[in-house]
Amino acid sequence: MGITRRQFFGWMGAAVGSQMAFTAQAKAAGTAHFTGYPGSMGVLHDISRCIGCRKCEAACNQVNHLPAPETPFDDRAVLEKIRRPHAAAFTVVNQYKPKGKPGPVFVKTQCNHCMEPACVSACFVKALTKSKTGAVVYDASLCVGCRYCMVACPFNIPAFQYHNPLTPEITKCTLCQPRIQKGLRPGCVEACPQEALTFGKREELIKIAKQRIGAYPERYEDHIYGENEMGGCNWLYISNTPFTGINMREDLGITPAPALTAGALAAVPVVVSLWVVFINGLRAISKRKEQIATEEKSQAVSAAVLSEQARFNNEIKQLKEKAKTEKEAAITREVKKALEAAARGPSENGAGQTPPSPKPSGTAHPEKQENN
Amino acid sequence: MEHLTPTPPALTTGRDTVFTPFNIVSGIIILIGCVITVLRFTRGIGGVSNLNDTNPWGLWIGFDLYCGVALAAGGYVTCAACYIFGLKQFRCAVRPAVLTAFLGYGLVVFALNYDVGRPWRLPYPIFLSQGTTSVLFEVALCVFLYLSVLMLEFSPVAFEWLNWKRARYIIGKVSMVLIIFGIILSTLHQSSLGAIFLITPSKLHPLWYSGYLPVYFFISSIFAGMSMVIFEHSLVARFLHDKIDAEHHLESNNVALGFAKSAAFLMAGYIMIQIIGIAIDNDWKYLPTRWGLWYLIEIIGFVAIPAILYAIGVRERNIKLIQRTSLWAVLGIVLNRLNVSLIAFNWQLPLNQRYFPSFMEIMTTIFIVTIGVVIYRFVVTRMPVLYAHPDFPDDH
Amino acid sequence: METDFNTLQEFLTHTKGIAYLLIGVALVALPLFWRFITGRDGKKQTF
Repeated sequence: MGITRRQFFGWMGAAVGSQMAFTAQAKAAGTAHFTGYPGSMGVLHDISRCIGCRKCEAACNQVNHLPAPETPFDDRAVLEKIRRPHAAAFTVVNQYKPKGKPGPVFVKTQCNHCMEPACVSACFVKALTKSKTGAVVYDASLCVGCRYCMVACPFNIPAFQYHNPLTPEITKCTLCQPRIQKGLRPGCVEACPQEALTFGKREELIKIAKQRIGAYPERYEDHIYGENEMGGCNWLYISNTPFTGINMREDLGITPAPALTAGALAAVPVVVSLWVVFINGLRAISKRKEQIATEEKSQAVSAAVLSEQARFNNEIKQLKEKAKTEKEAAITREVKKALEAAARGPSENGAGQTPPSPKPSGTAHPEKQENN
Repeated sequence: MEHLTPTPPALTTGRDTVFTPFNIVSGIIILIGCVITVLRFTRGIGGVSNLNDTNPWGLWIGFDLYCGVALAAGGYVTCAACYIFGLKQFRCAVRPAVLTAFLGYGLVVFALNYDVGRPWRLPYPIFLSQGTTSVLFEVALCVFLYLSVLMLEFSPVAFEWLNWKRARYIIGKVSMVLIIFGIILSTLHQSSLGAIFLITPSKLHPLWYSGYLPVYFFISSIFAGMSMVIFEHSLVARFLHDKIDAEHHLESNNVALGFAKSAAFLMAGYIMIQIIGIAIDNDWKYLPTRWGLWYLIEIIGFVAIPAILYAIGVRERNIKLIQRTSLWAVLGIVLNRLNVSLIAFNWQLPLNQRYFPSFMEIMTTIFIVTIGVVIYRFVVTRMPVLYAHPDFPDDH
Repeated sequence: METDFNTLQEFLTHTKGIAYLLIGVALVALPLFWRFITGRDGKKQTF
């Protein structure tokens, strides 16, 4: 034998090593941590500073060339009703009166520009994409209008032009992507008179938020909304009242949306491959069974045919013998008769009795034949 | 012996007048449907439906797509039973089931033309820009491929009808490949319709939301398909009995018994994995609530009871009971799909923000179902679906 | 192939794209291999 102990252990080592390397790699993918585009931009919304002036709404309307609203932006009566972003407004400010707060609280709502957006994950034509700037942008030239992004969005942000019959589009805040690319701040941020909105790099914004909470712990809730929600958002919020009371869900979890469907999608190629194997296998088994059944059947049939044949031959033989003896007897009888007749006189030739014909009882081909 | 000769194709079940009650009613519905179609493409989706920004999917997705696909599952289930598991007695059920599946999927795509914003862009995800991370991409790919496969699977019937012997011969050569491909695509597609909602854990009620959603949808599609085949057979036997030949007549009872037996057992398994799903996510606390009651109505009233009735029907060889149960089971599947896609979706929203279909949405759905029934009748009264074609007796 | 991914979404777009291509490979390669396995089976055994 040419294999030495040393060689054998060498191989073992290699096998185990490669196994380890593979596992390590697989693990690297499994535990891979994605931290988003470095230096991507965002906005910090300090809810405690918002006064509900709706200047951000007006600016948004202007920079995005949206149709003029029915009531002017300085009409504060619209604040009486809770609104959501819709086809004609990418952002809205809502007024809440949470328990234990003397005055009303105002919250600006718009796309949160998730780090791992559910809408981008859900879009089946890549009409929605996450830009390196941090913005979640929409390309209407690809959109089919299936509205799965609206279903998927945990914040209920994307809206749809329901009254556009032929070329409806999804509408949502763009983080003013065209302005960011020109080095400008988003329209709403620029318009805010209270500095309730701060535009900057997301990392910086988180630091600012932490500073404010740290400096005024009695004023702020100890929670940066959007830091971890659904894997994190580029739009962040700090508040002087619990988020749940101002219509901001705190039960969304921290799992990024793409991870929710990744597992099911990963099963697809596995199902295809294994189904090909299983279906072929099942078919082979049922065919083999069928074949065995037919073989057994034909064997049984031929065996039956053989025994039947033998019985038949035997019967024929017996009958033949019987016929022979009968015939002989008949001949002797006839001869006797003839002799007697001849002795009695001419004419009167009696009709010769024919011997009984053999009656086969079995058929050569049994009816139990496969008739499929 | 008179059953063995197929009835010659006759116009509208042999009567001379086209003004039969069936034709009048379906004609009116189709007329209304045409009017709504015009409105949809002149006023927009918002002009005919109650869909809004918070409730982007309604009856057209919840019923037309979700229920349509689930009830079209009979096609792949029957093909698998007959050709993969080698249960030859299901052979006569294959063609009607494939026709139902083909019509079902065709109408799903037809209904999508109303629901999506720009229907002429429906081929985009497949040919122009593939959003591979989307479950809907998988759904689109599967619908597209499976509809093509179903068309090819059904084409022998049309070829026999047209007497195109050469085409019929060629398609017969690849039929096995088509069947296997069809089963794979159906598995993926049925399950991916459940997977669509995996991305909405915050919107779908925890009793319906589960990591097992794709498995639930796949397993329930199997017994949905079986129940649909049984139910369809009972309807055909009642209204189109002159189109059925002796073999179909004899075998349909065996099909009902076989499928009822399998469906009952599958439903038991389905209930088990539903309970396991609740245990895995620790959702017990939701059971003693109103939503829990609704969930139990679905699981006990529309899965467990039909399963038991199927079992009794099988034990007592009671075809009538099995046929009645099949309708019940079909309704159960409809309820489940509506629950996942509409009723338990957006469950935390206050009632005034919830969705209820508009009259025109409901009429559109009725219109689409009517088209299906009319085409089904047209096909089975002319083509060799429920009887073997005299020229192609063994290819059936 | 050394691509850096900043987001899970980017990573999944890449891997799922390859996975879909592999589905095509599986659908062609596996049946062909099955034919190879059963290629020498007797004429009577058609499975």
